[in-house]
Amino acid sequence: MTDWLTPDEWRAVALSLRVSAVAVAFSLPIGIFIAYALARWDFWGKQILNGLVHLPLILPPVVTGYLLLLTFGRKGYVGAFLDDWFGLVFAFRWTGAALAAGIMAFPLMVRAIRLAIEAVDPKLEQAAGTLGASRPWVFLTITLPLILPGVIAGTILAFAKAMGEFGATITFVSNIPGQTQTLPSAIYAFMQVPGGEAQAARLVMIAIAIAMTALLLSEWVGRAVARRIAGT
Amino acid sequence: MTLSVAFRHRFPGLALDIAFEAPPGVTALFGRSGAGKTTVVQAVAGLLRPDHGRIAADGTVLTDTDARIFLPPHLRRIGYVFQDARLFPHLTVRQNLLYGRWFAPERDGVSFDRIVGMLDIGPLLHRRPGALSGGERQRVALGRAILSSPRLLLMDEPLAALDEGRKAEVLPYLERLRDEVALPILYVSHSMAEVARLATTVVLIERGRVTAAGPAPAILSDPSAAPALGLREAGAILTARIAAQEEDGLTRLDSAAGTLWLPRVAAHPGATVRLRILAQDVMLSTRRPEAISALNILAMTVTDIRIGDGPGALVQLQAHGETILARITRRSALALGLAPGLPVFAVLKAVSVAQENVGARG
Repeated sequence: MTDWLTPDEWRAVALSLRVSAVAVAFSLPIGIFIAYALARWDFWGKQILNGLVHLPLILPPVVTGYLLLLTFGRKGYVGAFLDDWFGLVFAFRWTGAALAAGIMAFPLMVRAIRLAIEAVDPKLEQAAGTLGASRPWVFLTITLPLILPGVIAGTILAFAKAMGEFGATITFVSNIPGQTQTLPSAIYAFMQVPGGEAQAARLVMIAIAIAMTALLLSEWVGRAVARRIAGT
Repeated sequence: MTLSVAFRHRFPGLALDIAFEAPPGVTALFGRSGAGKTTVVQAVAGLLRPDHGRIAADGTVLTDTDARIFLPPHLRRIGYVFQDARLFPHLTVRQNLLYGRWFAPERDGVSFDRIVGMLDIGPLLHRRPGALSGGERQRVALGRAILSSPRLLLMDEPLAALDEGRKAEVLPYLERLRDEVALPILYVSHSMAEVARLATTVVLIERGRVTAAGPAPAILSDPSAAPALGLREAGAILTARIAAQEEDGLTRLDSAAGTLWLPRVAAHPGATVRLRILAQDVMLSTRRPEAISALNILAMTVTDIRIGDGPGALVQLQAHGETILARITRRSALALGLAPGLPVFAVLKAVSVAQENVGARG
């Protein structure tokens, strides 16, 4: 496989996979928590939180990237703090690409999980409570298994979205081959170079293949889990 | 175990002020829809926090608003059987049954095999709730609640969602549960037939208030409680022992009030049953009727008469400690000169006691 891709192209594909996997892995627990809060709790500022979560979906990606640069850049409040205390740097690193991808994919993930949680009858959770299960146990043994199809669908959707993230990523972490050059950034870069069309086309094929696989996988896994849960 | 409940709670449109004690046995909360029955069980289960009040099971205080005590539902050890079975769809029947065991270790008296056998759900253990009928689901829900080792069982209209056939299927299991598992039960119902078969204590709730409470035979044969219970449904409970199965398809029963013949009752001679005698099925005569088709003629004494607002009258009769009700017209009551202390004969057609009104003794 490696012989029909140049090292640079291969690095872009591998980096994209890593960035997306890390982005999804870190945002999943937070996504489930926020989806649960939005679906089940009433609290002050709920609409504001809902708006914030969905903002990256509506804002121009360049704006999201710019805001990330302001906050998580070396001189940004959060960025400087993380650098000083944890030696964690986001700007112009692959970690920054993961952060950008995670934030851009977050609304899709939360939406899917939230819909799944809203479909779970709270009466079942109530029944589990009367059988002696505390809130955390009810969540682990009843809610989580029942929302699993939604969680899987949301995760795969978010992964696919993270693979394709371009605008915020290039604004926040630029387009450094081997460091922050993800699949879409690489395609963009090859298109800027005369004679790069063939390389771009190869990467485009890979992007399509990954996206299709993700979609089919989510359908298939989601259906299998839903069948198991349907209770027949 | 005795449950004592006393609380006040306001909803838009309904103010509840409830106080009663539930002794061991089946305590039926009876009342119309919207009277507040479900609110009472929810308050007992801890699913509702009353505005003001105290709920205690023996020594354990479950809710006490004055002392700021509110035990969360999962620490109350109170089993709850809902109208909709609420089985967990992603778990098998066995896993559903064992769910409560995770949180409450097995206590003596409720072994898994015994409950499964008692409810006849052994063949269902590997199925999932989606593949069960309504009656099967409700039996599994019953088993699940019992197996969580509760100190008290709440049943909120567990039969209401079932059709007549399924009701008849589940009722005997409820009777077995009452008679074989020493577990106090709070049973919500708006069906007099269920209450008459199951209850040992009746608490009558009207518009958020307890209007009558006491042992089931006393409440059900109290003419003044009858309007709230529903006149057409009014009827007393008579305890009788199967004396013999006779050749022509009838069953002879001995009760303190006299001998009764009823269409075949499926029970062995010697078994004690509980009969619900509907007041509207009882005729009265001041002389012993002769040459009459009705088989059951009981010599009794009038103990109370309640003249209704309409043309009807309810007559309470007693003989040797057993009490029944007769619903007749005011005109007949006057014509016969009925008054407390008057000896009369109660006439009951054998076929008027339907199968569903014959239950195990509780």
